[in-house]
Amino acid sequence: MADALLVARGITRRFGGLVAVNAVSLELEQGNVHAVIGTNGAGKSTLVGLLSGEYWPSEGRVELDGHDVTDWRQPRRARAGVGRSYQRSNVFAQLTALENCWLCAQAQGRGLRGWLGPAAQRDASWDAAHGALERTGLTDIGSCVAATLSHGTRRQLEIAMCLACRPRILLLDEPLAGMGPDETERMLMLLSSLRADHAILLVEHDMDAVFRIADRITVMIDGRVLAGGAPAQIRADARVRSAYLGEASEA
Amino acid sequence: MPIFARQGFAALLVVAVLAAFPLVGGKYEIDLIAKILVLAIFALSLELLVGQTGLVSFGHAAFFGLGAYTTALLLQDPDPRSFWLVLITAMLVAGLYALPVAALSLRTRGVYFIMVTLAFAQLVYYVFHDTKIAKGSDGIYLTGVPELSFAGWIPFDVTKSLPFYYVVLGLLCLVYAFLTTLGQSRFGRALAGIRLNEQRMRAAGFATYPYKIAAFVIAAMLAGLAGFLKATKDGYVNPEMLAWHESGAVLLMIILGGLGKLRGAVIGAFAFVLLQELFKSDAVFGEFAKRWQLLLGFTIIACVLLLPHGLVGLPARLRRRERENG
Repeated sequence: MADALLVARGITRRFGGLVAVNAVSLELEQGNVHAVIGTNGAGKSTLVGLLSGEYWPSEGRVELDGHDVTDWRQPRRARAGVGRSYQRSNVFAQLTALENCWLCAQAQGRGLRGWLGPAAQRDASWDAAHGALERTGLTDIGSCVAATLSHGTRRQLEIAMCLACRPRILLLDEPLAGMGPDETERMLMLLSSLRADHAILLVEHDMDAVFRIADRITVMIDGRVLAGGAPAQIRADARVRSAYLGEASEA
Repeated sequence: MPIFARQGFAALLVVAVLAAFPLVGGKYEIDLIAKILVLAIFALSLELLVGQTGLVSFGHAAFFGLGAYTTALLLQDPDPRSFWLVLITAMLVAGLYALPVAALSLRTRGVYFIMVTLAFAQLVYYVFHDTKIAKGSDGIYLTGVPELSFAGWIPFDVTKSLPFYYVVLGLLCLVYAFLTTLGQSRFGRALAGIRLNEQRMRAAGFATYPYKIAAFVIAAMLAGLAGFLKATKDGYVNPEMLAWHESGAVLLMIILGGLGKLRGAVIGAFAFVLLQELFKSDAVFGEFAKRWQLLLGFTIIACVLLLPHGLVGLPARLRRRERENG
């Protein structure tokens, strides 16, 4: 088994009296899709925030490539290869799809000369943006303004924006939310194609999709990890069935 | 013609008209336009913050006033001092004060940011108003003059109307060119990204806080430059230059002109001052001219309601109306 890229060791996050995430540990490995499922309010989005560096854990630590990065804020973690998407589409609505990717890719260009030079140069960030659109199958809509895109396409664009930063780890917060069957299918194909060269964390409510694509599943409830393991194991787990899967199938 | 070339052509035309203006204008008109050009630099500096970066500062007059006071305090001897030395010092003082103000105020957002910047500006206002550093509320006169010399050769007296006019016009062009270049640089694009969606920028790997501090300090230094010019022109500085209504006036200029476009700041400065002149004129409004602020206020409200994109949005609006009717 490959070494874990991103590791959470017993991370806890308290908001006042509420314990949103409670002593959660998990490992993300290259070539694996690690799904996190759980009811609303189980702390899944907070967990993504803790891994991406938007929140600081109250306890526990986060490791990237074996180094402690608990103190790193989000921009630094992002430059080190942690990309994320948001539960609600989070793109630059006024810019075109290509500009969206290209602006994100510019985060990688450093040094004063690159900083003050003209942004429109066809350089590495230009290539990264085009590459990201191609990989997500959005090349044709590169010149469309993001606000005019359909919901499903915008979700794909958000993943393209992550890819433009050339991440090694993708934290995807409900990428399938609100998508039709065709769009879901396309997104799952995309995620499968990204699996080989990324470590993927997938927070998702669509159980069919999760069991189709995940290599490992962690089930959260009230901020805690209820169970973790391969999909077959989780499907068979009595606690998960009673706490979560049963409810979902009745609903 | 590509849009870029067309805009460049329009800018050249405007500069040419402004450069030729003293041929037809009298001393009063030349001084008036010079005053507007100084305010245009001030407005451009705020446009970098509000229009480009999305940070609404309500204390920008502090940096304008600091530039002006630095100029006045450096020119308390009858001996002239180097124009460039005073200019650079005024900008540096404004920038130095901006550094802690930015570091602290940028920890807040939205209406809190507006209030914190206002508080820091009022702080400076009261320091100059209530202490004897610069003769308190009476204000202070410049005793010396800044002298523009090239290797010992002094071509003109900068404080005279005509030379001052051209110096200001030249500096305005420089500031405009600088901000245009900045806007197209990676740094400028990052500022635009922060305005549109700061969370996304952080997720992409931009440490947005230092970017915002840099924008704030650059804006403050350019405001300091405008303050230096204002003090040089008037030969007198008082605490009202630092007051909150000055911050409000410059904010109105860029809103009137149209946020998000550099030319909006320049157009806004012209519109604001010329409207003020119009409503103040006895010849047009007679007795009512005494209540010019009322008319100006109503006009600005009407402009904001009818032209949500400011005066720069007017041509597009007219074109659309024409299309709809036609």
